[in-house]
Amino acid sequence: MARVFMKGCEAIAEAAVRAGCRFFAGYPITPQNEIPEYFARRMPEVGGTFVQGESEVASINMVYGAASAGTRSMTSSSSPGVALKSEGISYCASARIPMVYANISRGGPGVGSIQPAQMDYFQATKASGNGGFRMRVFAPSTVQEAVDMTYRAFDYADQDRNPVLILADGVIGTMMEPVVLPQMKSDEEVAAIKESKKSWACIGHELDYAHRAWIQPGQWSTAVQQKCNEEAAELYASWEPEVEEYQVEDAEIVITAYGISARISKSVVDMLRKEGIKVGLIRPVTVYPFPYEAYDHIDYSKCKAVLDVEMSIPAQFVEDVAVAVKERCPIETCLCSGGNIMSRDAVIAAVKKINEK
Amino acid sequence: METNLCVAGFGGQGVMTLGKFLASATCDSTDKNVTFFPSYGAEQRGGTANCFVVISDEMVGAPLGDVMDDLIVMNGPSLNKFLGTLKPGGNLFINSSIVTDDIERDDVKIIKAPVTEMALEMGNAKVLNVIMLGVYVGYTEVVAPEIVWETIEHKLGKKPKLLPLNKEAFEKGLEIGRSQR
Repeated sequence: MARVFMKGCEAIAEAAVRAGCRFFAGYPITPQNEIPEYFARRMPEVGGTFVQGESEVASINMVYGAASAGTRSMTSSSSPGVALKSEGISYCASARIPMVYANISRGGPGVGSIQPAQMDYFQATKASGNGGFRMRVFAPSTVQEAVDMTYRAFDYADQDRNPVLILADGVIGTMMEPVVLPQMKSDEEVAAIKESKKSWACIGHELDYAHRAWIQPGQWSTAVQQKCNEEAAELYASWEPEVEEYQVEDAEIVITAYGISARISKSVVDMLRKEGIKVGLIRPVTVYPFPYEAYDHIDYSKCKAVLDVEMSIPAQFVEDVAVAVKERCPIETCLCSGGNIMSRDAVIAAVKKINEK
Repeated sequence: METNLCVAGFGGQGVMTLGKFLASATCDSTDKNVTFFPSYGAEQRGGTANCFVVISDEMVGAPLGDVMDDLIVMNGPSLNKFLGTLKPGGNLFINSSIVTDDIERDDVKIIKAPVTEMALEMGNAKVLNVIMLGVYVGYTEVVAPEIVWETIEHKLGKKPKLLPLNKEAFEKGLEIGRSQR
């Protein structure tokens, strides 16, 4: 397969189109503007619809509507914009509507900065809206991974009837890199996917009497609400985490990171191994569900410390790491924030500091 | 083998385009890994603009490295900001039309090209980046010049009347780059 040189945001949009996404609504915010821009150009070519909503709230609700009608649908934004969409995301989760959204995250809190950051970890994994719902959250560390995850995300969304989040950052979104694009789903395949949702979607025709073409973001009775929540909890518990473990077996220092920080850290592992320092890496590929068990593969009789590397101050990801490590060794941090990008030299220095202890 | 390049200047000098042409050419013509990462402020015009290109035989770890092998500076502020990131023995490419400061380092190779003046003489100030790309490729040969030209040709496909001017600009740059090796 030929590789093409693409910007992360554009590659995510193209992967979505190839997965059969035929509705996108969004609202501009840096650093993810290339996603709506690409869809605006691309959707008319495939018979899909692009809408620039009047706000984040409007666009997530348009996606809620389009997805309720069985169309593979997507939205995207960046940190403060995702916060604005949280009501709609929660409604989709409550009504069990499949949709995909991407957060190309930037500095925070508040309006923060337009530069890359990883400051939405809690928002993405713990509370993307009210009501305690959960989503599969994928954290790409390369543009190729962003493409592959976006493509798969639509299948997961449909299979679960639940939103799926691509948690990228401003580096992955704005950098360009060679990618191999997945196969384009044919019009027939896209139609068949929509057809397969007839049992619940508001497709609006040929419905038998029992089918109620309506979508409920909440239930009338407490008993029904509890039952729905129990079913959702069962669904969330059935998900398998994905993780990359790299040179962990004999590691005396284990770096743990996700997304762009993990990519930078992986190259640090290679560099320091050449110097004879035994470093490894645990990289959650899904940050929800979190791969807690991967941290049981660390040899704690040898491991001096786990080094948490993330572009967030205060650290957030480290809280899940702490649950996984269970006080079996110390946890150190290497952090940056506010739109600064993790420096490879800083990670190297942090590892060496632990190594010298 | 990994080459880290930083291209820096102000908005409008074609800094991003220069980096993108080089990175695209690498993707199209080699099996190497390559990344392009842009960095700019919220300004629509003016302000500082810089980009980072990493070309590597291995997987690219950091799309934005701490130490640069090559640095292209298109204006004065960029020199001050990035000179410290250039490794000893690295290559410093300077737009000598407007960067006239003395270089306070004697451990780097300096390649000067008056690209702003040259572009103006050619009748189009916008081609300064293509001249500089020629200088860079001519000096480093990090990617074959023919491949870089093919990429430029392809990218300008929709505006064929700009091709002769850009071809001339690229070749003038190549000459300067080659002559300073």
